[in-house]
Amino acid sequence: MKITIRVNGVGYTRDVEPRLLLSDFLRHEIGLTGTHVGCEHGVCGACTILWDGEPARSCLAFAVQAEGHEISTVEGLAPGPGKLNPLQQAFQDAHGLQCGYCTPGMLMTLTAFLAENPHPDEAQIREALSGNLCRCTGYQHIVDAVLRVAAA
Amino acid sequence: MTSFGRPLTRNEDPRLLRGEALFVDDVELPGLLHVAFFRSPHAHARLLSIDVEAAKARPGVVAVVTAADLGEYWQPGPLLVPPPPVPGMVFHQRCQVPLVRDTARHVGEPVVMVLAESRYIAEDAVGDILVEWETLPAVGDLEAALQPDAPLVHDDLDSNIAARVHQARGDYAAAARAAHLVLKRRFIYDRGASIPMETRGVVASWDPRADRLTVWDTTQAPVVIRNGLAAMLGLSERQVRVVAPNIGGGFGPKMMMFYPEEVLIPWAAMRLGRPVKWIEDRLEHFFATTHERSQIHDAEIALDAEGKILGVRDVFLHDTGAYDPYGLTVPLNSQCTLLGCYVVPAYDSLFTAVFTNRTLVTPYRGAGRQHGVFVMERLLDMAARALGLDRAEIRRRNFIAPDAFPFDQDVIYQDFSRLSYDSGNYEPILDKALHAIGYDDFLARVQPAARAEGRALGIGLVCYVEGTGIGPYEGARVQVQGSGKVSLVTGIGSQGQGHATAFAQVVAEQLGVDIRDVEVVTGDTDQFQWGVGTFASRGAVVAGSAAHEAAKVVRQKVLKTAAAHFECAEEDLVLADGKVHVAGVPDHAITLGKLAGLANPMRGAVTPGTEPGLEATSYFGPASGATASGVHAMLVEIDRATLKPTILDYVVVHDCGTVINPLILAGQIHGGVAQGIGNAFFEKLEWDSEGQLLNASLADYLIPTALDVPRMRLDHTVTPSPLNPLGVKGAGEAGAIPVGALFAQAIEDALDLPAQGIEIREMPLGPSRLWEITQGG
Repeated sequence: MKITIRVNGVGYTRDVEPRLLLSDFLRHEIGLTGTHVGCEHGVCGACTILWDGEPARSCLAFAVQAEGHEISTVEGLAPGPGKLNPLQQAFQDAHGLQCGYCTPGMLMTLTAFLAENPHPDEAQIREALSGNLCRCTGYQHIVDAVLRVAAA
Repeated sequence: MTSFGRPLTRNEDPRLLRGEALFVDDVELPGLLHVAFFRSPHAHARLLSIDVEAAKARPGVVAVVTAADLGEYWQPGPLLVPPPPVPGMVFHQRCQVPLVRDTARHVGEPVVMVLAESRYIAEDAVGDILVEWETLPAVGDLEAALQPDAPLVHDDLDSNIAARVHQARGDYAAAARAAHLVLKRRFIYDRGASIPMETRGVVASWDPRADRLTVWDTTQAPVVIRNGLAAMLGLSERQVRVVAPNIGGGFGPKMMMFYPEEVLIPWAAMRLGRPVKWIEDRLEHFFATTHERSQIHDAEIALDAEGKILGVRDVFLHDTGAYDPYGLTVPLNSQCTLLGCYVVPAYDSLFTAVFTNRTLVTPYRGAGRQHGVFVMERLLDMAARALGLDRAEIRRRNFIAPDAFPFDQDVIYQDFSRLSYDSGNYEPILDKALHAIGYDDFLARVQPAARAEGRALGIGLVCYVEGTGIGPYEGARVQVQGSGKVSLVTGIGSQGQGHATAFAQVVAEQLGVDIRDVEVVTGDTDQFQWGVGTFASRGAVVAGSAAHEAAKVVRQKVLKTAAAHFECAEEDLVLADGKVHVAGVPDHAITLGKLAGLANPMRGAVTPGTEPGLEATSYFGPASGATASGVHAMLVEIDRATLKPTILDYVVVHDCGTVINPLILAGQIHGGVAQGIGNAFFEKLEWDSEGQLLNASLADYLIPTALDVPRMRLDHTVTPSPLNPLGVKGAGEAGAIPVGALFAQAIEDALDLPAQGIEIREMPLGPSRLWEITQGG
């Protein structure tokens, strides 16, 4: 069926099967491969996008359900080509990523979290991160990155 | 200012943070076909028949491939690591096959490959396949597998013994006779999985016009994959390009070669003349990507009255899973790493690797080292108690002295060289850790006060060594580009270790450029032809040293070219900030880019006997590995009602020789500790008696979250390695190695279990199992 989904402010119209996952739509239909897929059962959080501003697992939604909603992905975060936004910059400064596979999901979860709570403490940050799995960093430098943003 | 040794942020981050970095599943090609596999639902079963007609008939299905369709291409995989040259060694090579032809030996073994226009259709077609099986009894338990009447994983063998290796030196029996104390215990370490956030995947494309195959693969060893694929497919190496782009975590299992899918996807792309992609889903990953860890040790230690070790004897079983293509790396690591930081005059170690109807076992971060550390550290804890000695003191008394290096351990290590510790100084590490965790104060004041309040607080303190940076070799090519930037190309791949930064620091140190101007290329066999792989904490040591050597040669070429340009002596030149100038005349500088142009003249000739360009390639192959070491200390509180541990403080003091980038090093240690915590507390693969894995999802197999991993405090000592020009030792696995032993000791201490006659002798240790143990189970 033919659908139009707005992603990072741009409308994309495609003819898709009703069963196509939103994650596959983003990655393989419109080529926004920054959203990663780690488990396809909603646990790891790598595929987190913002759905009307709220974090959501794109592997647990069908693309057709996103019609009429505003989807944001990691590709929409930076203020311009070659630039980083303050959260992205803090991740680099604090070494908050290693392989970088979970990072887009982390950034999207934290974008929504910081919008709601711009100055969280460490315990709140860890709680907010607890739905996103990272196997490389042990989380400490990710927490440090968010603390930097919170202190700014 | 020099960049070497500084905590610089990473070159690779901006692309990853913007979602622009290429991972294997991001590769899209016109006409791409998608693969799904029908995998064995049984742990052990004879294949009677396969009916793929309905699958073939499904619209959108392009091909359905069984073992029979592979013809001569169907071959068991190669033996990646041959057995060690230990006299009397037994080894039965049984390698995995591309598709099951006769017998399935573990759940998840691929049986049929379906290629279709989409992954969705391919998975539909997998559901159309009908397979008749004769199920056979499965073996999972290591000891049951060795019973005379046990079902045979490979029925051409007369037992499930995959290998047996005995290494001994000194006279343990005499040591035990002379000992004041001999302790004998059984230790069990159960299976876990590495769970990188990115599963495995392979994309292959055959270009008939170029007569070349390109493969994108989530491998830790692209050059080895290239060479193997060329041989299997009847191609020259130059016809095969293997790219390991950004890899979403490796941790060892992506070093396994060859996975069936790595053999099948390129073959299919050539056969069908269309590009083919397979991406492992998480369920497949639990069955089809290799595991690690099951071992049972019967160990004993002999000590004198002062707590000095006289000898250790260890007999252990190692679960190798259904096949053993990775040889004996994991149990050899266990066997050798057990010796730890200590003088062990007599050592007698016998291991038996056992075939089971479970997923293959290959190295996962630590790669068997944690088992050895667990056994030795637990034995020392128990000996300290029996002798009335402090835990730190018994370790201190047995440390190898700082003037005893190089220290010959006289056992054969995983690289087949005689294990010799290159350098080390263990007491300062221990002292720093004791001080940082507040050891004396905790025991004298904090713990008694907590106990008086009914709180269960404990402390743990564990020492370890890690053999790192083994050969055979890596190489690197450094080249000054016309742009003035410097490229560094090496054959190993990167899975998040920060090579694009650490190697850039090594090169920048020699060439006086900003690290942002060093472009590091890893994991593309068209860019560099030679290499082994990223494993065994060897990237910085081996490839880093090669980069250093190559950069030194380029530095000489730069100075030589500049000396000719300025008509001065090389000694009068200053190389800094990407430019060369004559000392005292900084305004008349020539850039590296211009010098690169001068070194590659369009007319005239380069000086006879010289080569064009500011470029050099170097290789580095250490005769043996560099031995890193460390101490982890932890304060833990156990909730007496739920037995849930809360880590109150965690200290790592580590010595990996010269540090290239402390920020990246900290990240490596944090991540290792987190995996160690998972391994110690959360992660256990649960199997039923028929060999079915019961918790094959991330909802059931829990890995640590941000709420489970504590803030860690790190400190370092620096004992450079004499075996490489940088003085570095590996650090990738160090964080993970001692955590199990540390948890066991700290939990025992918190609950005062020894006073109740209870010891912790197994890992992992979730609350349920801990409760059983505290009840005497």
